[in-house]
Amino acid sequence: MPIPFRFAAALACAALLLPLGCGRASKTAITLAGSTSVEPFAELLAEHYMAQHPGIKISVQGGGSSAGVRAVTSRICAIGMSSRELNPEEKALVEIPIAHDAIALIVNARNPVRRLTMAQARDVFTGRVRNWQELGGPNRRITAITREEGSGTRASFDERVMVAGMPKDKDGKTNPAAFAPDVLVQNSNGSVREIVASDPAAIGYISSGLIDERVAAVAIGGVTPTEATIRSGRYPVVRDFLFLSCGEPTGTAKAFIEYVLSDSGQKALAEEGLTRVK
Amino acid sequence: MREKLIEKGLLLVAFSAVATIFLIAFFIFREGVPLVAKVGVWDFIASTRWAPSKGQFGILPMIVGSLEVTILAVVFGAVLGLSCAMFLAEFAPRWSVRILKPMIELLAGIPSVVYGFIGVVVLVPWIRTTFGGPGFSVLASSIILGIMILPTVIAISLDAFHAVPPLYKEGSLALGATRWQTLYRVQLPAARSGIIAALILGMGRAVGETMAVIMVAGNALTMPTSLLQPVRTLTSNIALEMGYASGDHQAALFATGMVLFVIIAVLNTIALVVTRPRT
Repeated sequence: MPIPFRFAAALACAALLLPLGCGRASKTAITLAGSTSVEPFAELLAEHYMAQHPGIKISVQGGGSSAGVRAVTSRICAIGMSSRELNPEEKALVEIPIAHDAIALIVNARNPVRRLTMAQARDVFTGRVRNWQELGGPNRRITAITREEGSGTRASFDERVMVAGMPKDKDGKTNPAAFAPDVLVQNSNGSVREIVASDPAAIGYISSGLIDERVAAVAIGGVTPTEATIRSGRYPVVRDFLFLSCGEPTGTAKAFIEYVLSDSGQKALAEEGLTRVK
Repeated sequence: MREKLIEKGLLLVAFSAVATIFLIAFFIFREGVPLVAKVGVWDFIASTRWAPSKGQFGILPMIVGSLEVTILAVVFGAVLGLSCAMFLAEFAPRWSVRILKPMIELLAGIPSVVYGFIGVVVLVPWIRTTFGGPGFSVLASSIILGIMILPTVIAISLDAFHAVPPLYKEGSLALGATRWQTLYRVQLPAARSGIIAALILGMGRAVGETMAVIMVAGNALTMPTSLLQPVRTLTSNIALEMGYASGDHQAALFATGMVLFVIIAVLNTIALVVTRPRT
């Protein structure tokens, strides 16, 4: 059984390399861990980088943004990945934004409604607005789709859209409005897009890089997500994909981050639908 | 000596299979019970609000959703499956049985994600354009599940029909009853316990099915009061949210599994009791 054995051997090597890759010992192998939203992009960049620099080994793991923060704080990995903003107590880490990811409100390509105010966008998901007629569209019931509880995309949507116009509580915090119970829930960007693509009455939100010709982005407060509006910060629903480091990065980690922020690294990210930071 | 060794070996292997059940139950309950204790049993199973990030853990809509979808699926499965089993047992020519039976068994081998995909591409748009609503609904899920449990329902109820002593049938026919009268009035009642077992096992399969349901149910957190409304079942709740869940949220998903475990255990017990030969 040569193949499983080789696979097992590779795993064992990876396990051996793991502690070496972290912190100071090795200069040639590093590990990235964290957000599952950033993970596919980091994997792609790592592949490009390893192709150009034979002998260097970069492994990328998921686990979620919080796991990434913990891993880099305890120096289990060289670079953490996060798709959410850091909490005040996590701010000791060095944050390196590698790309902007806009979250676009999408409707079916046949839907004539292409502009919503922030309050209207919120009301569609809280259930206050239930018919497209109220938004200047045809007389059809709205089918709103959200992501599952715990998803980073949903958290960003909560923080930027669902809080609109909500009163502050006694701690000065604005809590997001609750989604209506009959809002559909899907657990990936892809399936939200598929539903919107097939249902003329649907509305959902996905990473703007995943928009295709069957769905259309809605302007929020008159601003559509384009490279210019996302980079200037005029488009309101944008999150940054972050690399995190405990102290200034050194060695391979530093070289890799430099590559990610270089023109070719940024170009690779832009081709995948993200927006360049540099 | 060697006999003994083999016997003991087999016993050990058999027990390790059963041990898995206990391990699974143990872990589900260990993770789930503390949360239910914290929230309160009543608030957990009878409150309608599910928002784990805000500390609200009510799974009533999902319990109702699971039961609603399952019962409807069993109705679909019973109508289609029993008719099919009756046809195969009594009316089908030998050659057609040879073709039909393997095809029905093949139905059981199709992965559930394929059923779900067909549901999303064909069934959901059809429901949306014909009946209105989002299409992702109780109706879509129960039709898909009804088809998925067909192999179970057909195979077990067919066995039940075959187990009816031929004397019954011959006696009834000799008394001048038609074939349909014989089937309906004599064989069907005689096979009753087997048929009920078939439906309950089908029910167990329907309650536990996840992937296909996630794809067509819409997974909304509403209390489903109409067949055209979206619904979230207990299984889909676990599968949807486990990706990012941690802390209490994760424990609440284990607790959801606990409720599911109890429901399935009850169903299987009923099936066992019903099929036990009367003494």
